Amino acid sequence: MRHMRSPKPSSEPGPDHHVSARLAAIEPPVIKPPDIKTDDSADVPLVDRLRAGEADAFAEIVRAWSPMMLRVARSYVSTDASAQEVVQDAWLALIRGIDRFEGRSSLRTWMLAILGNLGRSRGVREARTVPLSSVGPAQDDRPLVDPDRFRGPDDQWPRHWTPVGQPRPWPRSPEEATVAAEGRSLLAAGMAQLPERQRRVVALRDVHGLSSEEVCSILGLSASNQRVLLHRGRSRLREHLELYYAADASAAGDRGVGT
Amino acid sequence: MNDAQATPGLSISCQEVVELVTDYLEGVLDSDTAAEIEAHLVLCDGCNIYVEQMRATIRALGNVPVSTLSEDAQAELVRAFRDLRGPTASR
Repeated sequence: MRHMRSPKPSSEPGPDHHVSARLAAIEPPVIKPPDIKTDDSADVPLVDRLRAGEADAFAEIVRAWSPMMLRVARSYVSTDASAQEVVQDAWLALIRGIDRFEGRSSLRTWMLAILGNLGRSRGVREARTVPLSSVGPAQDDRPLVDPDRFRGPDDQWPRHWTPVGQPRPWPRSPEEATVAAEGRSLLAAGMAQLPERQRRVVALRDVHGLSSEEVCSILGLSASNQRVLLHRGRSRLREHLELYYAADASAAGDRGVGT
Repeated sequence: MNDAQATPGLSISCQEVVELVTDYLEGVLDSDTAAEIEAHLVLCDGCNIYVEQMRATIRALGNVPVSTLSEDAQAELVRAFRDLRGPTASR
């Protein structure tokens, strides 16, 4: 599926949600036209398969999109259990409404619009009042890179790296580290330290592979605000990896291994 | 304008590259600034490593563990799909 990374989801045991009961309870959704435009109409075969009643095609997108949808739903509601119900309701809405999908946006964008409608109304019912900005560290004014790593304004090369401050190549790629079992939580731990707004943007953009337009629409951000949050979050995570590799290198030195 | 500022790639400082890296990777910089960064990256090992590490960080974020619906919930959704949309569904 386009745009999507292949997530490696871990199923979470959650409260018992009875889909059939929920299905009986919900009305077919009123679906507003999505206010996000994306480029593609490459989902046409997928849509055709769904309309033809191919359960395999449905199972495939449930598997591929549910992790991303859970993360999005969690932006609207206050608990994981609510988010799971919103995601299930969104899938049921898609089952009921697929004939009304007109193909003017991608199916995924349409799905996100359904999810947004359900999530927002659920969030209103829950009277979710915690504003985004009040969660997580209040201030993030520490420079993204220590200014001491750059030369002074009067240097021959002002604001360029000092020899000591210049970044060092990493001994192995963080991709290798994060697929290896012991490194799985490395970036997750780094993300947990980010202010909430940065964490949400990084999760949707880089963990779940949404576009900047989609993230702006879901989180109600301007394009430039979205970029600022993304920039700060990514820069902090790079720093997190840099510190990890530096600690790793000095530990290896202490053990007398490595170079 | 001194020599440093006249040389392509050196009118921008490393500290500025670090601030602009996301705009650069997102492709939202004006073409002059983007070209200036490209020229800078050719000359500057430190920034080259920094930008590559940002790219590597973004790639690695794709491996962060994520949660999803339980297997049971997914199976139940597929059953609902079969019931409502499957070839034998009565509509």
